[in-house]
Amino acid sequence: MLYLSLIVLIPLAAVVWRGTRRGPDAFWHAVTTPDTWASLKLTVLASLLVALINVVMGTVIAWVLVRDSFPGKSIVDTLIDLPFALPTIVAGLVLLALYGATSPLHLNLAYTRASVVVALLFVTLPFVVRTVQPVLLELDRDMEQAAYSLGASPGVTFRRIILPNLLPAMLSGAGLAFTRSIAEYGSTVLLTGNLPFKTEVAAVNIFGRIESDDVTSAAAASTALLVVAFVVLVLLDLVQRWGVRHD
Amino acid sequence: MTKYVLRIVALLYLLFLLVLPVGLIGWRTFQHGLAPVWTALSSPEAVHAFAVTLSVAVWAVLANTVFGVGTALLLVRHRFPGKRILGALIDVPVAVSPVVVGLALILVYGRFEPVGGWLRRHGLQIIFSLPGMVLATVFVSLPLVVRAIAPVLQELGADQEQAAHTLGAGRWQTFRRITLPGIRWALAYGVVLCLARALGEFGAVAVVSGGLVGQTQTLTLFVKERFDNFDSTAAFTAATALALIAVLSLLLAKLLRPSTERSRSRVVAEASTVKGDNH
Repeated sequence: MLYLSLIVLIPLAAVVWRGTRRGPDAFWHAVTTPDTWASLKLTVLASLLVALINVVMGTVIAWVLVRDSFPGKSIVDTLIDLPFALPTIVAGLVLLALYGATSPLHLNLAYTRASVVVALLFVTLPFVVRTVQPVLLELDRDMEQAAYSLGASPGVTFRRIILPNLLPAMLSGAGLAFTRSIAEYGSTVLLTGNLPFKTEVAAVNIFGRIESDDVTSAAAASTALLVVAFVVLVLLDLVQRWGVRHD
Repeated sequence: MTKYVLRIVALLYLLFLLVLPVGLIGWRTFQHGLAPVWTALSSPEAVHAFAVTLSVAVWAVLANTVFGVGTALLLVRHRFPGKRILGALIDVPVAVSPVVVGLALILVYGRFEPVGGWLRRHGLQIIFSLPGMVLATVFVSLPLVVRAIAPVLQELGADQEQAAHTLGAGRWQTFRRITLPGIRWALAYGVVLCLARALGEFGAVAVVSGGLVGQTQTLTLFVKERFDNFDSTAAFTAATALALIAVLSLLLAKLLRPSTERSRSRVVAEASTVKGDNH
């Protein structure tokens, strides 16, 4: 407990205290400084988009990994975890090699807002896949068979039988991807060019303020990020309980 | 038909998001043969960065292993007020931005009163030096060991430990002879995850290290600094080295994981037969 306090709790409390001690007006002023506000808005919107794409693609990937079989499936299954193991700066560099100025695909996304989304999609890839996969594995096939034999089309079966079972896992995966996205720094720093008002995400903005010794407004922006993450985590907890109740 | 569409969609997505980028960086690194790779890797800055990375990672993993085993035992074997809060707090570092982690440590251990000032008067420098980088790394990899061994401890149950106690074994002896052998694979899994995270940490270390070339520069900071200075060969080479470490730890983790999953499914099976008996 002491270890946790020294390393995690006291430092985090110091951030919140430092960010808010001059009162709500000063806090609000620091957070709504045009460039910080733009970066916070971009971060939250991009993370929402990333969470949404992850829900769809993550579920599709999990579905293919569980229900489909093809040569090399176990390799694909292992690859899914690569974004967790790969250092974020390497992730950024790797994406820059494919989608940067020297792109062999002639697709230059560097320094655009799309690059923010691509970087975040890369680092958050495993979340929805890994939360949906185990649920899909344990899903009872009998219900689906029953629906089919009663004449339901695959579309209806998916919407009425499978989707309700997967929904809690999809939501909690999306929530995790969202909290990871709003916190992300390393992968965006090379790929996005960090243009204020355009591609600068919140973590990069905070980093810039720390470097220019403006610790107080860095702490205020950090507090705003922490609050958003905290709210999402509480919502996630509620979703999980709701999921357990509906089991 | 739907099956093939889904398969192609999933594989194409992974190809363009994951496989092609990572493959390309390997190709870029080795396209001019091995000689430039070797030159880039054996430069004094690269060697030093590797040494710094390794020492930070080893200290952080050691700290988190001791803490992880202790906390997991506390959370699984004991009842105390605030247990749920402690369990929730363990996961906090996952949701905190690495940059915020760095800022948080600077605010407490940097040049600010009261702690930072006290440290400075006693000639201890934490921020912009190795201890600060270890602290930052410990912060970001904190939950990994705990979360790897807690479920296994839960499954093992306390029966054997209590039996050892009854037979007169001391706490340490019980831990060494009974508990540790039971959790060793889960522990190894947690340590691998923790080590991979520690070797690859960038944001938090970037804030607290100051990134002084040849002093507090880790391998990830080296990648960034070389890239910013248009030395893409060195940046790509170091990135490939880090990616290889990542792949290696991934394979190691995959090897270590089945043993725990098998035991988990066995427990689930046993639990369901017990439930069946009750019906």
